[in-house]
Amino acid sequence: MTRLSTFDKALLNLLQGDIPICSHPFAEMARRLGTDEATVLARLRELKAAGFLRRIGTFFDSNRLGYHGTLIALKVEPSELCAVAEAVNKYPGATHNYEREGVYNLWFTLLTPSPEYEKNILAEIRSLRGVEDMIKLKANKKYKINVQFKLQ
Amino acid sequence: MEILSERDKEIIKALQEDFPLCEEPYKILAARVGISEEEFLQRVRKFVEEKKIRKMGAVLRHREVGFNANALCAWQVAPDKLDQTAQIMSNHAAVSHCYDRTPVPNWNYNLYTMIHAKTRDECEKFIGELSSLTGVTNYKILYTKKEWKKTGMKYFCE
Repeated sequence: MTRLSTFDKALLNLLQGDIPICSHPFAEMARRLGTDEATVLARLRELKAAGFLRRIGTFFDSNRLGYHGTLIALKVEPSELCAVAEAVNKYPGATHNYEREGVYNLWFTLLTPSPEYEKNILAEIRSLRGVEDMIKLKANKKYKINVQFKLQ
Repeated sequence: MEILSERDKEIIKALQEDFPLCEEPYKILAARVGISEEEFLQRVRKFVEEKKIRKMGAVLRHREVGFNANALCAWQVAPDKLDQTAQIMSNHAAVSHCYDRTPVPNWNYNLYTMIHAKTRDECEKFIGELSSLTGVTNYKILYTKKEWKKTGMKYFCE
């Protein structure tokens, strides 16, 4: 595994916050880090290739784009878990899908543009073989969404 | 909610793809939409101002950077304490997400936090801290066993 240098950590900490919205954003980041644009870009490409970056880009507020999110928990018969997880993954609105310990063993978030859309998808999932129970937990207030890991 | 124009949707679709790691990334994205870089940048700034964009940046793979114990923790909070409790939990550095959700009869938990730690011991220590800070003692720790999917949303592709 690639070892992160002090420079890498400073770069990743900056990258997790805000990419500048200007013509040369990486030159601006380089200025803040005391280096040049080419160095920043070359290292970012390497870190991306080495698998440190899950995603680099834009994170939207789904509610403000007209989408709403629900957390769904399924109780799935263990022998069918893999098939059900893969079926859930096929829906573009299922953005996070995790197997968890507990009676409800598959948890996923579903973003949809309308309640009807959500209802149809959930009916399809509920009818999959091995799905024994389903609970729907509608999101109300989002107090924190901040996937940032400060590297030291 | 105001209706997004077709052009705005095209801009959002360009932005939700991987951000180009090159000198002028916005120029490339603007070209995909067929508008000038200047207009594209103006729209992006407007989306940030309207809080349609939460952030421009990266998300790390947390396991690769050393976070191996990750849990969804579901809390049962008295409704009149919900707001205050959620604020306290959100202030904890180990909490990445904190949402309140409408509970259902057979699953009566109304507050959800994602907790990230290096080990299970550390994760449980953090959860203990949250419990004593808020006085909430009824909770369930749902450790992640396997990640089946984690992606960014692709909007306007239905």
